[in-house]
Amino acid sequence: MEISLETIVFAVLALFTTVSAVLAVTTRRILRAATYLLFVLFGTAGIYFQLNYSFLGAVQLLIYAGGITVLYVFSILLTSSEGDKAEHLKGYKLVAGLIATCLGLGVCLYITLRHDFLPSHFEHGELSVRTIGHALMSSEKFGYVLPFEVISLLLLACIVGGILIARKR
Amino acid sequence: MIRMEYYLIVSTIMMFVGIYGFVTRRNLLAMLISVELILNSVDINFVVFNRFLFPGELEGFFFALFAIGVSAAETAVAIAIIINIYRNIRNIQVRNLREMKW
Amino acid sequence: MEYTILILLLPFVSFLVLGLAGMKLRPVAAGVVGTAVVAVVAAVSYCTACEYFFAVGRDAAGLYPTLMPWNGVWLPISETLHIDLGILLDPISVMMLVVISTVSLMVHIYSFGYMKGERGFQRYYAFLSLFTMSMMGLVVATNIFQMYLFWELVGVSSYLLIGFYYTKKEAIAASKKAFIVTRFADLGFLVGILFYGYYAGTFSFTPDAKLLVAAGGMIPLALGLMFIGGAGKSAMFPLHIWLPDAMEGPTPVSALIHAATMVVAGVYLVARMFPLFVGYAPEVLHWTAYIGAFTALYAAVVACVQSDIKRVLAFSTISQIGFMIVSLGVCTSTDPHAGGLGYMASMFHLFTHALFKALLFLGAGAIIHAVHSNEMSAMGGLRRYMPLTHATFLVACLAIAGIWPLSGFFSKDEILTACFAFSPVMGWVMTAIAGLTAFYMFRLYYNIFWGRENRELHAAHTPHEAPWTMTLPLLILAAATLAAGWIPFGRGISSNGEAYTIHIDWSVAGISLCVAAAGIALATWMYAREKQPEADRLAETFSGLHRAAYHRFYIDEVYQFITHRVIFACISTPIAWFDRHVVDGVMNLLATAIHGAAYAVREMQSGSVQRYCIWMLCGALGLTILVLIIC
Repeated sequence: MEISLETIVFAVLALFTTVSAVLAVTTRRILRAATYLLFVLFGTAGIYFQLNYSFLGAVQLLIYAGGITVLYVFSILLTSSEGDKAEHLKGYKLVAGLIATCLGLGVCLYITLRHDFLPSHFEHGELSVRTIGHALMSSEKFGYVLPFEVISLLLLACIVGGILIARKR
Repeated sequence: MIRMEYYLIVSTIMMFVGIYGFVTRRNLLAMLISVELILNSVDINFVVFNRFLFPGELEGFFFALFAIGVSAAETAVAIAIIINIYRNIRNIQVRNLREMKW
Repeated sequence: MEYTILILLLPFVSFLVLGLAGMKLRPVAAGVVGTAVVAVVAAVSYCTACEYFFAVGRDAAGLYPTLMPWNGVWLPISETLHIDLGILLDPISVMMLVVISTVSLMVHIYSFGYMKGERGFQRYYAFLSLFTMSMMGLVVATNIFQMYLFWELVGVSSYLLIGFYYTKKEAIAASKKAFIVTRFADLGFLVGILFYGYYAGTFSFTPDAKLLVAAGGMIPLALGLMFIGGAGKSAMFPLHIWLPDAMEGPTPVSALIHAATMVVAGVYLVARMFPLFVGYAPEVLHWTAYIGAFTALYAAVVACVQSDIKRVLAFSTISQIGFMIVSLGVCTSTDPHAGGLGYMASMFHLFTHALFKALLFLGAGAIIHAVHSNEMSAMGGLRRYMPLTHATFLVACLAIAGIWPLSGFFSKDEILTACFAFSPVMGWVMTAIAGLTAFYMFRLYYNIFWGRENRELHAAHTPHEAPWTMTLPLLILAAATLAAGWIPFGRGISSNGEAYTIHIDWSVAGISLCVAAAGIALATWMYAREKQPEADRLAETFSGLHRAAYHRFYIDEVYQFITHRVIFACISTPIAWFDRHVVDGVMNLLATAIHGAAYAVREMQSGSVQRYCIWMLCGALGLTILVLIIC
């Protein structure tokens, strides 16, 4: 297996994402956790770009990195108190979580690697935004207008709910 | 040529890291961040399957797209709830949240 | 005659009403309700008797029919064996209805005066209603099992009424004693019923003769076991120990339950099973006669030295029931003219005894009411203060002594005739006991109304005649005692149902009259005067015998020894130890283990979502691994 640029990029992305993810859950400070989450999201977006899904990567950057992370940071700033820094984990809980997670990881990886998938082949080629738009607005087969409308309602409900819950009484 | 399994390994690791965070962290926001990790890993899986196994179709793609939207909504509501909790008990540590348990 | 069901239903309803809502009622109202119901029951009973004996009358064969206006299968056990509930009317059950309702009504009226102002007046009437219902149910039972049911109910109401003064230690002990002793005897009854049911194939009183013959020795065994139950209820020796103690209950209760009605249930039981006894187990029947005779003698001797007037009456009751049992036991056939006279005599004596013994007890109640004591030492010379009570008590005493023309004379004469027909020894023994009866009754009478007067006590608290609610029943019962002997009893009731004309055998009657007169004369000589030197001297001369008789020949102590030293110490204590340490220990161990396990598991239910999450993960993993291993 020759080392191509693609491989190197993937390796860097994968390492970056994984390490960021691990750091995001192990760091003591919540603000750092949010930052590492941002890195993970960036890495994920990079993976999308590498898979030639530029639109999805852009959405990932815009919504996740741009929107949600900012929301996190704001809420962290709003709710941060002295307790955040001194988050000592109980040993037993840590060990239990670690063991369960490692076991699960092992089992999952074992299954994934042992499983015979359909013959996979990678086709280069950008997915055009026109195709996406047509599929999203189509009411035909393989059209996504209904989920599109439903998620718009969901977002509306979410806005209303968020305001209702978080407003001051 | 990168094999599909490599992507899946990354997403699996991310998934279990998220689970680990969810079961060990005590800060509600940190737990939420872990949930985001889990969601993200699933997104990756969808996209990868779509790309490698069914290149002509768009199901995985759109699933990931909508999942991003839903997670945005979820995060917004969850953060609203967390802020509300914070207002009530001046804290967002899970162990202090005993009032609603019974 | 379907209306007879009212005899059972009305007292039951009254019991429910008074028992459940009694405390809401005023005491007098409760008493009126109870009395009115019993009055209606008495009226219905008299109607039944009239209709049965006169309107229905004899059938073509010249016998009174056995009617069952109500009878239904209650518990089917097999094709032929089933437990029925119903009402059976035949001469003796109708006679018993009359006796019970009469005495019960008298006691209800009497209790107005006697129980006035007592705490639990309503409860008292509720229990009386319950007793009336169960006693009626007992006598009209269509089968032996129904009889047993009501038998137990009677026992319960007796227990409740003896323990009526439940704050009094002696009353509680007495009620327990009565319940346990009779219950113990009822065990024999139950086993006998089961034997009978198994071998005769039925619980009814008229089984298939072929089956009985085939059963051979089992039927006498079953009847003997049944008689043990009857002996317990009827206080036959050695199961008599509960009856004297049962006098701790209110005196009207003693009159109703422990003198007139319940205690003759054993006699009634034997009478009910009489054809079977005579036909298949004559030797068992004769054994009952010997037991009855011994009991009568024993009780008469003990009654001669007791100082508590209710105790004297209690022992006299035991003695008289002994007479009835003897009378049944000496029967050798069902023909009243040849060996079956005792049946009629026994029922006759039951009838007359119920009346005069109720009268004696109610009179004793009036006396106790007046002097506030049961002891003879607090009495004496009461004839001046209580003329009515004195007169009625004298009538009853003469009746029980067997003096012509009072009712006791006739019934006792029949019994003695039957005894002489059985064997001269039995006849003479019973005659002697009849003399003893006259002696101790008149000792009682003289000690209460004549004799040594307790002047200090009477000066401090002058005895007075009882209120009219108490004297009225006394007068009615005295009138009944005077008249009952002239009833042509044998025309209605005889061992085979044929009419039997009572004729006085003057050779027997003369002897019994002489003996009774001698007894009375002796009592008069010893006790009628102010000083009683002869009695005291006699007691001193035979001080051992006197003390033994006073302590009822230590039968209670023997029981005490057997139960405590033998049964409790040697059997119950080890069993209790085993139960407490082994059986309970295993249970406690189980409980402790589960308790500990629960404590251990409790931690898992922490309410922490994160912990649940770990467990869920583990579960999912476990399942996955399982699937992996299997596939």
